[in-house]
Amino acid sequence: MRLLFEIAFTHIAGRGRQTLVAMLGVAIGVGFSIGMTALMAGSQDDFVETLVNTMPHVQVSDEQRRARPQPAEDAFDAIAISGLRPREDGRGIMNPTALIAWLEAWLPGRFAESLQLTGVMRFSGRDVGARIIGIDPQREPGISPLIGHFHQGSFASLTSGGNNVLIGDTMAAKLGAEIGSTLTAVSSKGLSRSFRVAALFHTGSTARDEGEAYVLLKDAQILSGRANAVNDIRIKLDDPNSASSVARRVEAETGYKSVAWTEANESLLQALVVRNVIMYTVVGAIMLVAGFGIFNIVSTITHEKARDIAIMKSLGFPAKDMRRLFLIEGLAIGGAGSALGWLLGFAMVYALSQVRFELAATGQEMTRLPIAWSIWHYVIAASFALGSAAVAGYMPARKAAKVNPVDIIRGAT
Amino acid sequence: MSTLIEARGLTRVLTETVPVTLVSDVTVSIAEHEFVAVTGPSGSGKSSLLYLLGLLDHPTGGTLAIGGRDAGPMGEDERAATRLAMLGFVFQFHFLLPEFTVMENVVIPMRRLGRLSRPAMKARGEELLTSLGLQDHMRKTPDQLSGGQRQRVAIARSLANDPPVVLADEPTGSLDSKSSEQVFLILEQLVRERGKTVVAVTHDLSLAARMDRRLNMVDGKLASDEKVEKAEPAQSG
Repeated sequence: MRLLFEIAFTHIAGRGRQTLVAMLGVAIGVGFSIGMTALMAGSQDDFVETLVNTMPHVQVSDEQRRARPQPAEDAFDAIAISGLRPREDGRGIMNPTALIAWLEAWLPGRFAESLQLTGVMRFSGRDVGARIIGIDPQREPGISPLIGHFHQGSFASLTSGGNNVLIGDTMAAKLGAEIGSTLTAVSSKGLSRSFRVAALFHTGSTARDEGEAYVLLKDAQILSGRANAVNDIRIKLDDPNSASSVARRVEAETGYKSVAWTEANESLLQALVVRNVIMYTVVGAIMLVAGFGIFNIVSTITHEKARDIAIMKSLGFPAKDMRRLFLIEGLAIGGAGSALGWLLGFAMVYALSQVRFELAATGQEMTRLPIAWSIWHYVIAASFALGSAAVAGYMPARKAAKVNPVDIIRGAT
Repeated sequence: MSTLIEARGLTRVLTETVPVTLVSDVTVSIAEHEFVAVTGPSGSGKSSLLYLLGLLDHPTGGTLAIGGRDAGPMGEDERAATRLAMLGFVFQFHFLLPEFTVMENVVIPMRRLGRLSRPAMKARGEELLTSLGLQDHMRKTPDQLSGGQRQRVAIARSLANDPPVVLADEPTGSLDSKSSEQVFLILEQLVRERGKTVVAVTHDLSLAARMDRRLNMVDGKLASDEKVEKAEPAQSG
């Protein structure tokens, strides 16, 4: 085998410029594939991380996926009730204290209950529609991404004195309010209550910075006119990947709709899968083009070396040696190109990771390109390249193996 | 003397468009230590017969045995292995691998066979090249040699694995008269001193007359198979 390697090396070294061009083709293909994959995977990881960090892993709401069966339906098979509407639609999770105690007993993570209601925040004649969220100040820091985003005041100021509210800086700007301003919150039921702005946050999410106001759970319950009501439990798990099973268990036990972050973002996650398929298709296409370069040079060598093939076969080299020889040549070019491509890819990824810019106008801040560093990107790109090189080398190699030495020898004499 | 090559009714017909008979019904036995000339006019099937005897081409009829083994059932790998171990080839053109040195060209068949250690291969290569007067050219590439030197390297390569049979196709055909004589003497030495069997295709009847046996081909058929009568050296005194 070593002899074949030496002959292969001699062949490709004898075609220096062509070999270099083919190697550069593979190297550029591998390098760009690594760069593109790192960028795409980085943006995907960044996106998923944002989802996992900012969203609750499981959200239990006071809704139900199917209408609750009525006692009469349980008692008699022939009875079916539809379009049932209670006399008073008192929404909320029933007996939240028992539910919270049950969660505390087994949940591998943290959770916080809240009461969310829609309403209006009013200040000096200006109204802004808002989701008013009543939270438990002890539990909320364990699950909320809000804590680290205060730029005036802090989360703790919610509990410093009565009737405080935390709002986003965008909402404050729209209302013309500032720290210490007294806003009036009006619920959809028409109940109103005054709150003092205790802190301003900026999360980068427009919906949150402009449309959410955080008050104490007790205050929200008063504003909604429903004492002890809770309509939302947000759960952060130690292992975000267990969200689906936890959501299923909670829903099976309580009957309330429990949505895991993976279910809530199912279409987005599917889009990421599609994006990955597209990305690897493009990588494959790049390597296919690089493969043509290898095919070209190996074909040229087999054509130019037809006489050598005839000589070696007449000396006693079997056809399989000829196949191996030119396959080795294709793989050697692919391998050397991959190694160069790794260096190029690494340099490209490093350069991309140094790019800094801001997109404040969209409400999202992005100071660096999200880059994923993974050895797998290098392995995958090189695998594509070597696979392409193997195919590109094998086709002329097979042709070389079929060369009839007599035809060549007769042609030369 | 035991038979090394045994051909019976050997036939080769090209069937691509119009059938062309290259070799027709040749029956011949070649024993060890024979120095055989294959002669005949151009297109008579001399080289075709040599390629068939050397397992480079497949007969379309007849049987062939090399060293007592029937070549008919042999697969491609086995035919290649038989060529490597039992047959040495010398062609009209040297057919050396141009990127490799003289020594590497000679050692390549040994490396493919893999019977000797690296130092033993080198020693054998040096011994062969020295015996052919090429001791000063071992590190040169073929393009740095004259035609006669290249052909001597090709002979050294054909002997690399110490095969019992050397098949030569017009080995002097592209050489000047001086180089031709040198190459012929080397082939003769192979038979006389190394005990090889040499089958050489040649146009040169004067060279054929100096060999032991002459197979004359005409129109693909073996027209004659005769022992060459050599003139007795003149008695002095």
